[in-house]
Amino acid sequence: MYRYDEFDARFVRERVAQFRDQVARRLDGSLTEDEFKPLRLKNGVYLQLHAYMLRVAIPYGTLSARQLRQLALIGEKYDRGYGHFTTRTNMQFNWPRLRDVPEILDLLADVEMHCIQTSGNCIRNVTADHFAGVAADEVEDPRPTAELIRQWSSLHPEFDYLPRKFKIAVTGSAHDRAVIKAHDIGLRILRNAKGEIGYEVMVGGGLGRTPMIAKTIRAFLPKHELLAYLEAVLRVYNLEGRRDNKYKARVKILVHEIGAEKFTELVEAEYAGLDGPSIDADPQEVARIAAYFAAPAYEKLAPRSSAYETAKAENRAFATWASVNLFPHKVPGYAAATISLKNIGEAPGDVTSAQMRVLADLAEKYSFDELRITHAQNVVLPHVKQDDLFAVWQALVAADLASANAGLITDIIACPGLDYCSLATARSIPIAQALAQRFANQQRQIDIGELNIKISGCINACGHHHVGHIGILGLEKSGKESYQITLGGDATLNAAIGENLGPGLAAQDVPDAIERIVDVYLKHRKADEPFIDAVRRLGLEPFKIALQETLHAPA
Amino acid sequence: MPLLDRNGAKDNAWVISEDGTADAEQIIVAYAHVKEALAGNGRGRRIGVAISNTVKLAELLPHLAEIELVSITFPAYGDGRGFSIAKQLRNAGFKGTLRASGPLIADQFAYALACGFDEIELPDAHAERQPVEQWLKAVNAITQTYQHGFGVQNILDARRAARANGK
Ligand code: HEM
Ligand code: SF4
Repeated sequence: MYRYDEFDARFVRERVAQFRDQVARRLDGSLTEDEFKPLRLKNGVYLQLHAYMLRVAIPYGTLSARQLRQLALIGEKYDRGYGHFTTRTNMQFNWPRLRDVPEILDLLADVEMHCIQTSGNCIRNVTADHFAGVAADEVEDPRPTAELIRQWSSLHPEFDYLPRKFKIAVTGSAHDRAVIKAHDIGLRILRNAKGEIGYEVMVGGGLGRTPMIAKTIRAFLPKHELLAYLEAVLRVYNLEGRRDNKYKARVKILVHEIGAEKFTELVEAEYAGLDGPSIDADPQEVARIAAYFAAPAYEKLAPRSSAYETAKAENRAFATWASVNLFPHKVPGYAAATISLKNIGEAPGDVTSAQMRVLADLAEKYSFDELRITHAQNVVLPHVKQDDLFAVWQALVAADLASANAGLITDIIACPGLDYCSLATARSIPIAQALAQRFANQQRQIDIGELNIKISGCINACGHHHVGHIGILGLEKSGKESYQITLGGDATLNAAIGENLGPGLAAQDVPDAIERIVDVYLKHRKADEPFIDAVRRLGLEPFKIALQETLHAPA
Repeated sequence: MPLLDRNGAKDNAWVISEDGTADAEQIIVAYAHVKEALAGNGRGRRIGVAISNTVKLAELLPHLAEIELVSITFPAYGDGRGFSIAKQLRNAGFKGTLRASGPLIADQFAYALACGFDEIELPDAHAERQPVEQWLKAVNAITQTYQHGFGVQNILDARRAARANGK
């Protein structure tokens, strides 16, 4: 894991002192509320429906035990004993008081964390594949790149007042687990024909009101040219992006309006005029960062652990959890374990301080002191010996963290919706809870197989509904909540935006509708065909009919 | 309108003369009149130009050598285009004075300097609310940052120096 050096540490401390001073200037009237707003946003402080909300950056989703324990402490002291993991792998606290914020920022700085640029019209927390360093199909670990970008984008003098927020995601694998095509910039690490490492650069993805899939503007950017190229992209966006309408200000709209070709041309022209080497990080700096992400000291193990096999044979619940929640590790004898924060009936992504401490202990004892947060709002122990899996699972069971549903129909992504969010047009958490209850049966979930349901409480799409296999969008229609169902969205490299299935539904009809959709799939699927493949093969029609049946079903 | 630079409040020696006809030795003309002002500048007046933040660099480039000051308008503190224009002008070799004119806030002072500005011109009411001392304090809030090519103090060079010293 990356560790702060003296420079990083001072930078973060100075930032806290700066925020204290900004709060003081707001209170004495030097700054108006309007002027203070972007300053507080860039320190992660939102004003929400009931209170302030603080968003803590978890860069590329990587945490140590010590950091998670500190989050547990903050949750206890300043929230109501819990925190909430978001789809951008941040942690949110929903109830802090503004005057406590500088103190919380100090507590975070104590463990090399911050809230810098988790909000506001600037470059946001950089995300990456949560199986970085674990996946066998990886060309290179994306985290050193993400850390380099984190540093470069922190308080960038030129790019802190962009037209709108700007999100960057990095993957190092052929398989995209970071939804890079739904980001303002998506970077995919790859090797060219000569075997050199570089990036495919995609620009202009995004969800929200106008969902767009990112377009490739550079098929291969040599690795060392990254920062200068990013500077060119951001400069073009800063100058050309629309500022007349906040809903049209994202780079996706610019790319869409002038076309990817013209956008590429502008970027390449700007880039050609730059003195790249003076902007890019020097190789020693890149190597310095990369060294922090060197593989941990794995033991040499047999690919199959007999203790693990025996435990599975003797305990069905464990075997089920293992078959659903484990991801293969590139090192023999190890596995990555997904810990689901999607217990039936609870808010997706919520985690109590007590649970955070359990997770921290497990990471320390069994996973080289490392945890990952996923964009699906779950936690990963990335490097667990198979021999230890049973002990880990037992500890999870005791902490109510052993739901065996990673990637299944009850592993639902949902935004805060009307329960917390001032922009919401409908509730989303209760819909997620009702669906989870409807599909609670473990065997049935496994029979259905991989299926992502994603729920947003308004068109801003924080719950990623556009890229859910089944997306649910909560709207308001003449004073009533109305839920629109989309089908066929995909968050991987085959990224696709889901299509609308028909008219909106009342909240209480949503579980029936989803059940009918799932039944259509079960009836028509071939052998092992996953839900999303079946939808592609069958088209929307049979599912539309199922939705119609829900609408006209007798009450 | 009050003016300040990294040393504090500053006298404004430049006279704003949109069409360039004012009888003064240092004038800032509107962008639309810059060509005629330069062409008719027989008596060696110093000429600056005020530009909006939508001007394209290519249009300005041919005149850069003769212009001594470029004043870039910030219509609102949240509109960061001026930062990029300043950077582009410096990248293009502009050596004259760069002025940011508009309702910036003290917390943007360091950014402005890093992007190549020399001075800030503030609306009166604005400067009253945010006195010069606040600007001089805010500008030092963060002593080193992570970007190459934006001002002198950067962490990357500091790290390199530390490495060279065997730390
Ligand atoms: C509760 C307060 C929140 C508010 C007021 C809020 C507001 C917004 C708005 C206005 C947008 C649309 C921006 C745009 O399209 O330009 C947006 C997008 C987004 N938000 Fe939130 N959000 C909130 C919470 C969350 C949470 C808790 C998550 C994670 C679970 C989240 C994740 C996202 C993501 C991933 C996007 C879409 C990114 C994209 O458009 O490309 N937000 N949010
Ligand atoms: S999608 Fe809408 S309701 Fe949900 S968190 Fe975002 S802004 Fe709020």
